[in-house]
This record gives sequence, structure tokens and C-alpha cells, in this order.
Amino acid sequence: MQNVTSCWNCGKSVEEVHFCEACRSLQPPATNYYDFFGLEHKLNLDLEDLEKRFYTLSRRLHPDVYFRRSEQERQYSLDASAILNDGYRVLRNPVTRAEYLLAEEGFDSAGRKSQNVPPELLEEVFDLNESLEEFRQGDESVRPQVEAAERHLFEKREEIDRELESKFEEYDRTKSRDILMEIQGLLNKRQYIRNLIEEIEKELVG
Amino acid sequence: MAGLLQIDFGKPDRIVGIDLGTTNSLVACMELTHPAVIPGPDGERLVPSVVSITGQGEAVVGNPALKLLVSRPESTVYSVKRLMGRGIGDVQDELKLFPFQIAGGSESVLRIRLGDRTLTPPEISALILRQLKTNAEAYLKEPVKKAVITVPAYFNDAQRQATKDAGRIAGLEVLRLVNEPTAAALAYGLDKRREGIVAVYDLGGGTFDISILKLREGIFEVLATNGDTHLGGDDIDNRLIRIALEDIETEWGRDLSRDGEAVQTLRRAVIQAKERLSFAPFVDLVFEYQGKSYKRRLMRELFDKLVADIVDRTLGPCRACMRDAGLTPEQIDEVVLVGGSTRIPLVRSAVEALFRTKPHTELNPDEVVALGAAIQAGILAGTVEGKLLLDVTPLSLGIETLGGAVEKIVLRNSTIPASATQTFTTAVDGQTNVLIHVVQGERELAKDCRSLARFDLKGIDPLPAGMPRIEVRFLIDANGILNVTARDARTGKEQSVEVKPTYGLTDEQVEAMVNESIDRAEEDFQARQVLDARVEADHILAAVEKAKQNDAYYDLSELEKQQIQDAVNQLLLAYHSSDYLLIRAQIDLVNKATLKLAETMMNQAVRAALKGTKI
Repeated sequence: MQNVTSCWNCGKSVEEVHFCEACRSLQPPATNYYDFFGLEHKLNLDLEDLEKRFYTLSRRLHPDVYFRRSEQERQYSLDASAILNDGYRVLRNPVTRAEYLLAEEGFDSAGRKSQNVPPELLEEVFDLNESLEEFRQGDESVRPQVEAAERHLFEKREEIDRELESKFEEYDRTKSRDILMEIQGLLNKRQYIRNLIEEIEKELVG
Repeated sequence: MAGLLQIDFGKPDRIVGIDLGTTNSLVACMELTHPAVIPGPDGERLVPSVVSITGQGEAVVGNPALKLLVSRPESTVYSVKRLMGRGIGDVQDELKLFPFQIAGGSESVLRIRLGDRTLTPPEISALILRQLKTNAEAYLKEPVKKAVITVPAYFNDAQRQATKDAGRIAGLEVLRLVNEPTAAALAYGLDKRREGIVAVYDLGGGTFDISILKLREGIFEVLATNGDTHLGGDDIDNRLIRIALEDIETEWGRDLSRDGEAVQTLRRAVIQAKERLSFAPFVDLVFEYQGKSYKRRLMRELFDKLVADIVDRTLGPCRACMRDAGLTPEQIDEVVLVGGSTRIPLVRSAVEALFRTKPHTELNPDEVVALGAAIQAGILAGTVEGKLLLDVTPLSLGIETLGGAVEKIVLRNSTIPASATQTFTTAVDGQTNVLIHVVQGERELAKDCRSLARFDLKGIDPLPAGMPRIEVRFLIDANGILNVTARDARTGKEQSVEVKPTYGLTDEQVEAMVNESIDRAEEDFQARQVLDARVEADHILAAVEKAKQNDAYYDLSELEKQQIQDAVNQLLLAYHSSDYLLIRAQIDLVNKATLKLAETMMNQAVRAALKGTKI
């Protein structure tokens, strides 16, 4: 992304991310979220630092600031602010951040097989489906079972989150694609559990 | 030299802030360092959001229209904000309560019949905006062309677009739509006091909003918002009216619910009673109509019971908003109350109980939104520095997929501007169009969400099915309004997108209304000029007649007398024309012809005065 381009306004070469060093005009926004925030492509991020960057960039890029500037800069400001906000949403959440980095590294996000039951959950899911079916039929007596299953899924999810955290660190250290593969597996499992929890919540709330 | 002095040396544009409310509207502007509400020529700060069409087809706005609401209910409209961006299917229940009639062809935009005119909600709102614009111009003594207008945070795309259209029709460039609760937070200037989490509870005449903001170093970051665009003081009024009507029917044996004048008279009485009950423990509701009188004592306790469920309906959105912001009541540092309905003690106690903190009420809840709008106007003009609003989109944006399901592409409470890019392709060989249905809402099926628009991607190269790759970018701008652009991912060529809004006006329709409104404004202006010129002609004609009795007149030569008579005759001829310039020209001629006469009379008067003075 850091290849040298020239400024749309003054024609001088631009190396900074957002502004031309020579004429200070706003440049077309970087589309990669990490580059946009001026961050290394890492999975573990300091959230306070991220927030600080978000506020600083908001002040510099928001359309409010470009009201009395050229049409071109106003358009860039709108585009840049959208990327800033979209990027902040994606990067501040570890799961979406990891998904973003995986896609960036060429992992196919469409091929994520969240519908495949993780083998260690097979038996549990089978039991849960049975209870849910009874619950749907109006059998209130299985409510405690369903609730217990949900609690167990919460625990599972927390376990995965802890695992993800250590894998993130490992990846940042080694940049190994094998680790990314493991992370993708964990994310798929997590997504599967999330879907299950959503299904249970829907039934419990009725 | 004069030409040189007129060159504008980068003087910042005057931008006003407007609160276009359900019940009342206000205009405000920055005065040096503080925002101030601009009063109307009558000194009133609130302009009732009421428009009446007279028998001559002229529009009357504000307090004069409020008076006409009782005598001409069928050609007077109020609470039009509730109808903005809506189709006839949405407002069936409410229409029963309104005295005016809906014209045909109202599926995508309501058309309201008022006297012999048929107007859409944006046109009616435009009449209110035009009045505010006129008030501001008279007060500031300069033209006003740019504005920031506030909208309920929970307004959807169509409702926002309708508000923007109204501005355009009124001859205002709408630089920004600001969410009302966010504007209120700005006006409270809470950022100066501390950093923290603030909840803004805004219960107005017709809409309810709750927003939770994080304040930090001048940045107002909205974390989540929720609300109900059909909940407000109007609902309380309608409840009390219905009860009173039933009561009157029992007492008088007469059903008045179809009698527009009776209902509007009762509405006034009910609103007065409601407002007084905020300060008094009980109130007498008095309704006098056609020589009969109805009186009921209403205790606050009973009032509270009657409206408790309406107040309760605000609490669900408050809890959902806290949940979305990931916060508990204990984490909310301050609560701000906005909107006239927050004067009701029951509302205050409900808010206090929910958030466990005493709400701020220092600023006038009717004015705080307009003041905030003026500050935002100052931010855009560059006169207010260091403050920045980061607002969110209240509803998720989705596209309809096969089978009528919704794929969400921008989630609710995303900071705006926000965007999403999706790639579309064709389903059959040689297909050159792709239709995209965009909806707003949280439900899983498209039919349960709010249909926004259908976007037609046209001119796709005819290729085998699945080959074209059209990248569509959905961008929600800082006003919360959706913009869609598309490009062919293979060629990089811009793709044309035709927008068919589900609710609301097309660009062409708005353009036509802008022109008509300018014509009408021009007509109104002409009419006023003619009237003014005639008044002046009356004055001078009367003066000439009086002067003819004066001695000085007899001293004039026959020629001079003839010249005066000729000029007077010419003016009388011009008098009934509708050309005010002609009338003024003839007035000037009479003035000239009578110059000598006037001088002589003046001299005589001076001499007489001197004679009368004994030195």
C-alpha cells in the first residue's frame, strides 16, 4: 500500500497515508484498515491506542471539517470517514479483526464451514436438539436442561476466546500460516457455538 | 468603489439551526460564542408547527394557523412530522385522529387535501421552514440560505430524506441533518464539565428518542440509540380526548367525535389541562361548545394512571439502548431531558428510577435542540472549534436475498459515515439489469422491515449467467441517508444506478415542488408589493384631496392644477392593475406634480407658526 503515488492536487509525490506533505490536501483514502490506522498487521491490538487513533483521525477526516473545502476533498473526507468508522468497528473486536486479517492473507471467508459440527460437540448438540424439540412442543420441564446447555456453551466460548488470544500472540510473533489455519478453525467453532446460543435464546425468550 | 466594497472577503456563511418539531418549530443561530433562539416578528420564540390554507389558497403558518385550526379544521394541518416519509398504509390509525383528508395516489407519499390545494408532508414542512427562514432573515437583516435541521435519532432513511426535501422546497440548502438528542447533548455542553457517559431522553410531541453518548475531549460519540417515531405527547392528548369524548357523550347524549371544530376545541382544552397538571396537583378540564358546558376535575394521580402505559413504552427502548451500548444503569453518569413531554412529573420519575440518577433539566426542553442545531451550524461554518459529533445509524441496513430473507450489511448503531460493499451477478445468460431491494430494520424477513428503495443496476454487459461482477457500494452519509454507487469489477467502469424510493418523492418531483414553491413565493411577494403600493397610493390621493382645500392650491396656475389632476388620473388608472412597479411610478409622478404645492403649503405653515410665536 505504501507505494509512491502523486498528489491529485499539486502533483508532488505522497508518502503519508492521508495528506500530501507539500500542499496538505486530503488524499484518496487507504482502503486497508491497518494501513489506514497506521498500524502493523497484527492480531493483538492495544485497544486504548486504537481508540486514541480513532479520535485523532476523526478530528482530521470528518466531513464537518471539510465543509468549506473543494468538492474533491469533501468526497475524499466522506470516503475516508466511512473507512475509518468501518475499520474501527472491525479492528476493535478481536473476532472480526481476525476474520479481516485472514481474508487479507487469502483465507477464503466464504468457505468457512460453520455448519459442520465440531466433533467434540457432537453428542452435546444431539442432546440439545432433542431438548429444544421437546421445549418447542411446550414441555416446560426441559427448560433447566436447555439453560444448562446454554451455560455450558458460554463456557466453551470463553475457552475458545482464551485459546484465540494465545494463538494471536503466537501469530504476531511467528507470522506462521499454520497458526492462521488454527485460528480459522477456532473461529469456525466459535461461530457454530454462537449460532447455537442464538437459537437457544430465541426459544427461551419465545 | 461601491463594487469593490461589495466583494465578499471570505465572510463565513450564515448557517442557521432549525428544530423542525412535531408541535413547535424553532430557528436559532450563533451569536458570538453562544447559540440563541431567534424570535419571530411577534416576539414569540416557538412557531407552532401548524399550517392552514385560507379560502384564497394562501398558506398561513404558526400562531395564526393555530387559531384557524378550530374554525377551519378541514384545511388546517398539525403534527405533519408524523406523516413525513410515510405511505398511507403506515398511518391508517393516526389518520382517524386528524381532521384533514387524504387525497388519492397516496401509496408512496401522502397527499393531504387542504382547502383547494393538495400538499405532501414535505411541502407542508417546507411552509413551516420558510416561515422560520423569513423570521431569521428579518431578525438578522441578511438572507438565510443554509441550515442545519434536526431530526429524531430514530428516523429512518425515508423520513430523513423527506426532511431534506422539505428544506430544499423551502429554498434552504440543508447542510446537515443532526439527530435531536445529539444536538441537545451539544447544547448542554456537558463536554466542558467532564468526560463520561450521558443518556439523552427525548420525548417530544410525536417522537421518542433515547441516545447514549460517550464524551471525551470535545468528541460526542454516540454509542447507541433507540426510540419510537410514533410516540409522544400527541398520544397522551389523543388518549385524554377520547376519554373526554366518551364522557361528553354520556353526559350530553351526543357523539362529537366526527365534529372537527368540537374535537379541536376539546384538544386545546385537554392540552392546557395536561400542561397545567405538570405543576398543579389537580386541574379542571373545561369544554364549552355551542352553548353547552362540560367540566371535569382531573387529579394528577388519575392522569398518571391514564398515561402510565404510554410512559412505560419509552422504557423498553431505553433498556435496549443500554444493552446495545454494553452499559448498565450504574455506568450512566448523567441523564438529560429533552422535549416538552419531559415536563410531566411521571416521566421524570420514571427516568430517574430507570437510570438511578437525577436528570438534568437546566435548559428549556423546548429550546435545547434548536440551540444544539445552531452549535452544529457553527461547527460547519468554522466558528465553533474543538467539538465533533460522531453519530450512528439507528437501524440496520439490509438487502433482500432470494426467498425474501434479509442480509444485513450495515448493523444498527454503526458510526456514520458507514459503508458496505457487495458484489452482485446475474442469474440468467445475457441479463443486463439487476434489481436490488434495500430495507432498513432488525427483522429477518424483508417484508417485516422497512422498504427503502429499489436500485436498478442497468447496462450490464450481456454475459453468461454469473459472469458479471458488479460491485455495489452502500454508503450511509453523516446525515444518515443512504447513497448507492456501483462499478463493474471487471472493467472498473462506473455503473448507472436508478433509484426508486419506496416512500417519498423522486428527485424530479422535489425539483418540480422547488420551482412551484419559488413561483408561489414570487406570487406572494408580488401580491404583498401590490398591496403595499396601493396603501401608499391611498395616502397620497387623500393628501392631494385635502390640499385642494388649502389656499395654496388657489395660488397655482391653471396649468399646474391641470398637471396635478392628470397625474392623479393616471394613478387612479394604475391603481387597480397588479403591476406594483407601475403604481409606484405613478405615485412618483403625483409627487412631482405636487412638489410646488407642497412647498407653498410648507412655507405658509412656517409663516403661520412664526406669526403665532410672540417674541
